[in-house]
Amino acid sequence: MTSHAWLLLGIFLAVLLLTAKPLGIYIANAMEGRLRIGRPFENLVCRLCGIRADEESNWLRYALALLLFNALGVVAVYGLQRLQAVLPLNPQQMAAVAPDSAFNTAVSFVTNTNWQGYGGESTMGYLVQMLGLGVQNFLSAATGIAVVFALIRGIARHSATTVGNAWVDLTRATAYVLLPLSVLMALFLAGQGVIQNFSPYRDVTTVETTHYDAPRLDASGQPLKDSKGNALTDPAETRVQTLPMGPVASQEAIKMLGTNGGGFFNANSAHPYENPTPLTDFVQMLAIFLTPAALCISFGRVVGDSRQGWAVLAAMTLMFVLAAWAAMSFEQQGNPQLAALGVDQAASALQAGGNMEGKEARFGIADSALFATVTTAASCGAVNAMHDSFTPLGGLVPLVNMQLGEVVFGGVGTGLYGMLVFAILAVFIAGLMIGRTPEYLGKKIEAYEMKMSSIAILVTPLLVLLGTALAVMAEAGRAGIANPGAHGFSEILYALTSAANNNGSAFAGLSANTPFYNVLLAVAMWFGRFGVIVPVLAMAGSLAAKKRIPTGAGTMPTHGPLFVTLLIGTVLLVGLLNYVPALALGPVVEHLMLWLGA
Amino acid sequence: MKTLLRPAISLFVLLSALTGIAYPVAVTGIAHLAFPDQATGSLILQDGKPVGSRLIGQNFSDPAHFWGRPSATAPQPYNAGASSGSNLGPLNPALTDAVKARIAALRAADPANHVPIPADLVTASASGLDPHISPAAAAWQAGRVARAHGLPEAEVTKLIDAHTAGRQWGVFGEPRVNVLELNLALDALKN
Repeated sequence: MTSHAWLLLGIFLAVLLLTAKPLGIYIANAMEGRLRIGRPFENLVCRLCGIRADEESNWLRYALALLLFNALGVVAVYGLQRLQAVLPLNPQQMAAVAPDSAFNTAVSFVTNTNWQGYGGESTMGYLVQMLGLGVQNFLSAATGIAVVFALIRGIARHSATTVGNAWVDLTRATAYVLLPLSVLMALFLAGQGVIQNFSPYRDVTTVETTHYDAPRLDASGQPLKDSKGNALTDPAETRVQTLPMGPVASQEAIKMLGTNGGGFFNANSAHPYENPTPLTDFVQMLAIFLTPAALCISFGRVVGDSRQGWAVLAAMTLMFVLAAWAAMSFEQQGNPQLAALGVDQAASALQAGGNMEGKEARFGIADSALFATVTTAASCGAVNAMHDSFTPLGGLVPLVNMQLGEVVFGGVGTGLYGMLVFAILAVFIAGLMIGRTPEYLGKKIEAYEMKMSSIAILVTPLLVLLGTALAVMAEAGRAGIANPGAHGFSEILYALTSAANNNGSAFAGLSANTPFYNVLLAVAMWFGRFGVIVPVLAMAGSLAAKKRIPTGAGTMPTHGPLFVTLLIGTVLLVGLLNYVPALALGPVVEHLMLWLGA
Repeated sequence: MKTLLRPAISLFVLLSALTGIAYPVAVTGIAHLAFPDQATGSLILQDGKPVGSRLIGQNFSDPAHFWGRPSATAPQPYNAGASSGSNLGPLNPALTDAVKARIAALRAADPANHVPIPADLVTASASGLDPHISPAAAAWQAGRVARAHGLPEAEVTKLIDAHTAGRQWGVFGEPRVNVLELNLALDALKN
């Protein structure tokens, strides 16, 4: 890892931790209704929508409200895609999206996964991008914030029957937290060169003529193949470059701030119109971590002990630094196969060096590897480099980040509630060691909480491992593989890991826009999201009902280094036990083959 | 359930209008007032006609021009309508074959140059539209371009330096050269 990479990581963490505190306090105030400036707006929304703002509900009703609200989202996004050909704001006249792909995309954006089986610039019109995908970027993140606040209230309250009002929480998270931040960020991005318009795509005449092989198509537009299965091509030339256009900056801002990650364009944040400068890249990475980090502070604030929030944040930060160091180091090492061809991969003042396949020159190694770590530690899934072309162990880092359950910062809301579930598991394990009933923040942890924690923790590994096994066994699953050998297995493992953990990044070589993968991954995304949310809300309800027990001499403090260590240990232990065999078959084998020669 | 349905539907419609229409329209309005050039694609105009974008790379294969990053977009390289990387894994023989072919093309265009080729000049970018190369990749091509134009190499090197951007704010990203702008400046020099 170069000294520049260390400097970048240091600045990133410093800015993040400095901004997290004020934002965390602001979010706590906004969500708990202490923001006076928003009153008139909130009253208006409640009147228009028939919401009784002062009426809170129990966990089950809260969960039903969120499920219903999100199901409506799936219907809306699916409908918009299917009807886009007849809807306005579609200057490129994009055709209706195929049913399986539209279904996959709808579930994907509603669950905050933003897995993309399609290429944005060649599939989606501006209306679908804004009103379908963009809206879900906000609402899925707001859902995450709502759930984590329900859980925090469950911990903070005692002898209570309710956990909050879902409608009010969704409104506050959207209007006070996500929207203002997005406006600021969108304008910053636009100033740096991210496009923001409703114009049709623009043709320009290039300096040189490009000669290429154009695929020969049959009457229905399908590529023709010869008897050996090779694509038939004809020589062609062009001097026209079609520049894509669209309202990108507004989409890009919430894509990052909501840890959504769904790119306007196929190349996502590697595309110069989405992420034009190193500065936009830095701000995008910061935006991914901003809300998840701030929510830890909000948590400490609401439970009345800020040290609790910092302890959780410390555990996240330590695991993140380790992952970032690993990814940056492995990518800087480069590819021995290219070194053998005499390619210069050494870092110098004049070049980044390292494994540059699938990376942009303006980002080089440090910014690309750091981005990959950030986007997978958080459940964002935006990419500024192609993870499929990472070195085996450089690509293992994003995979492991996701497999830890998206709790290293994690998604907006989801990261914190995931981590709090692990905290409860950690105090349970500690309680077993010393033979005491475990407690967390004055709440006794009993059989019901442990059942719900276990479901929340085990549902994603189950989806990932069973899904991967199914895809590897099925002909339709293996057909999507792009790279031969162990790397092909990694592509499938990565896809299921990404879907079930609601990340959305990909080893993008996998041809996943097929009915098989569209359905399989949609199932993984939906249950990976709501299979966790429902038990977490159930736990919130049960914690809220409990009495608070005073701190005694036997209470294990949950804010010191001891607890931070225990928490990290629990997360790593569960993650490793679940995934070591699968990882050994993919990236580890590939690493050995690459460096030892096979 | 019925008591949930009304708030769910009306709140969904309301928040959709706020975040899906009002927000992008407002941002577009402000962006067009404050950053009209950036919001519309950072186009490079020559005699009033757009010849490209400062942010989107173009394909160059003429020895008299600087070449950019290899592009994996289909069917032609630097197809801005379908951004994409190669997604080839590090062990994939297709990657080694592609890099071999790129090395051969670069060497054929400049047989006397025995300096090792910088990595970014033989590896495909993530977007397939990378507008930049590293200063090392530009320096590697300086001799070839200078000979093709009958210019002293020092003059071409000076032009590269003028089009090299350092790390943003001294720490972010990597030093880089904008290939399209450099080639346009080179052609302007010739005329």
